[in-house]
Amino acid sequence: MKKIMGLAAAALLGFGVIGAEAADKLKVGFIYVGPIGDHGWSYQHNQGRLAIEKEFGDKVETVYIENVSEGPDAERAIERLARDGAGLIFTTSFGFMNPTLKVAQKFPDVKFEHATGYKRSENLSTYSARFYEGRYVIGQMAAKMSKTGTAGYVASVPIPEVVRGINSFMLGAQSVNPDFKVKVVWVNSWYDPGKEADAAKALLDQGADVISQHTDSPAPLQVAEERGAVGFGQASDMIAFAPKAQLTAIVDDWSAYYIRRVQAVLDGTWKSEDVWGGFDKDMVVMAPYTNVPEDVAKEAAAMAEKIRSGEFHPFTGPIFKQDGSEAVGEGIIIDDGTLLGMNWYVKGIDDKLPN
Amino acid sequence: MRLELEKRAEHSTAMALLSPVIALALTLVSGAILFAALGENPAEALYVFFIEPLTASWSLQELVVKATPLILIGVGLAVCYLSNTWNIGGEGQFTAGALAGSVLPILFPDFQTPFTLPLMLLMGIAGGMAWAAIPAFLKVRFGTNEILTSLMLVYIALLLLDWLVRGPWRDPDGYNFPESRIFSDAASLPALADGRMHVGAIFALIAVAALAVVLMKSLKGFEIRVLGQAPRAGRFAGFSQNKMVWFAFLLSGGLAGLAGISEVSGSINQLTPVISPGYGFTAIIVAFLGRLNPIGILFSGLLLALSYLGGEAAQVALGISDKTTRVFQGMLLFYVLACDTLILYRIRLGGPAATGKGA
Repeated sequence: MKKIMGLAAAALLGFGVIGAEAADKLKVGFIYVGPIGDHGWSYQHNQGRLAIEKEFGDKVETVYIENVSEGPDAERAIERLARDGAGLIFTTSFGFMNPTLKVAQKFPDVKFEHATGYKRSENLSTYSARFYEGRYVIGQMAAKMSKTGTAGYVASVPIPEVVRGINSFMLGAQSVNPDFKVKVVWVNSWYDPGKEADAAKALLDQGADVISQHTDSPAPLQVAEERGAVGFGQASDMIAFAPKAQLTAIVDDWSAYYIRRVQAVLDGTWKSEDVWGGFDKDMVVMAPYTNVPEDVAKEAAAMAEKIRSGEFHPFTGPIFKQDGSEAVGEGIIIDDGTLLGMNWYVKGIDDKLPN
Repeated sequence: MRLELEKRAEHSTAMALLSPVIALALTLVSGAILFAALGENPAEALYVFFIEPLTASWSLQELVVKATPLILIGVGLAVCYLSNTWNIGGEGQFTAGALAGSVLPILFPDFQTPFTLPLMLLMGIAGGMAWAAIPAFLKVRFGTNEILTSLMLVYIALLLLDWLVRGPWRDPDGYNFPESRIFSDAASLPALADGRMHVGAIFALIAVAALAVVLMKSLKGFEIRVLGQAPRAGRFAGFSQNKMVWFAFLLSGGLAGLAGISEVSGSINQLTPVISPGYGFTAIIVAFLGRLNPIGILFSGLLLALSYLGGEAAQVALGISDKTTRVFQGMLLFYVLACDTLILYRIRLGGPAATGKGA
């Protein structure tokens, strides 16, 4: 027993030394909901972490915990990073909202950043990206490339973020082909390659020839590749998984934002705020347009540019809800508050929103 | 040549006690090799994994928080398995208990009295019991396989939770995000110290103590064992198999329900689409790792909880992947079960002649 205690004491001492060395470095912590190898959501956040390391070199140190369940384990994982000396902590999934808030209250000197949530405090910022901007672009591409006039949409969980994406995709498609159909399958998971692949197969069997997805694995795209259909990468450029099927991908690019926030902490200018950026802040980026005719690629790039410059907003009226009632009239843009809580489909979507 | 497992005529008590120690030692050695292969200093890695979480008050409390539901569910399952009743649905009963207990803080948020919490706990227990009563009824009345029914009910409970938090129980002020409102203080289990450890830990200790006495000292404990090991003998002794099925399911369901409402009320303070990282299934491992003995389960629950905390610590301190942690946990379980097997059985090298036409 004595020996063990001695060993522990020695090790503690060792850690103390390491801790003292690291004191003048900013430690940046990340909590990921999935494995960093998902090639989707968590993978992209981890790319952002690596970008921080590359940008700041010796001035920062980064740590992360992956595969953190959005339940009772989350608070412990976040608190561990805070206790480990992290000065800035990014929690990168919606389900971490209340645990992040609780830990933020316990550690007023640590800065927290929560992705996709809406609760903020003195030391807790929120940030998210307007992925729906990219979805409008791929909706237009889908309508141009589809022969059957039907797209399949592999959806994760029915939160406003996902519903907004489906609507934006549909509005884009309808701007090209007013009779376009979108079929939706909910897999009730953000990352489940088996279920995602099954959903994609079912959608192709029902007549879809373009697959869009709001789940994180490349599985739906791979199914499209196998079956000779086309699709779009999600979160990261997935061209390596589907060289013949991927038309483009909506890439979540967190690097620029993360670097800005780390810089702000280093400069002492960090303030709690809410950032919702899209093409304009380089948080959403389109992967190269591939496997499409030149004019489709050109028009897609032009549309992305129009959204970036603010010339066009995907949610510009008239927009009708699924039941036919008018959501907004001609020329009116749906406000951010409504977009953030969106829980209704636009007209023409062939699905009933699970509610 | 072939290997055979042959039951030992008598097994040594000393070895039975030593077996977990040997298993732990083998895990440590294999773990050290694993970490060394990954280019880490094995001593440091093992320290981070097993000792560091025990060195701070907050992580000790977190250890208890993590172990509480595992132990509560585990001791209930032990009674099931000892009596040859195969309840695999702890996760569903946990969820049903959490749902039943959450009715008050979600639908009647203004009902904030000293009675709120006790009522919630009772409703949680009742919810878990009700969920467990379904497979018990099906088994007793129709002879349905309870492994299947209790397992299937897990998925029903999880989807029911999912539907409730996305639909009727969604926080009206929550921008349509799938979460319930946050429980009031009157509906939250009080903390026991400065950290997150809550009163649920005491429930777990009481359950362990009570079941240890019942199993070791009471006639009921004898009945459980007899019906588990020799149902025919049990019948001659006047014990009812059907009553035992009911008893085991209601007890384990009630404890799982209590674990569910304790976790929601003490740790998460709201319902979310995910309220359990698989406690109900991990508790099956905990029950067997603790050899279906309540005291053993107390320790195995803590040990498993430690392996999760250690895994996170290793990710942070050493940058070791989450996958390594799982491999490490798997090795621990493997060695424990392998050592136990070798106490009860011996390996015999049998030639083909020994069994005639065999092989």
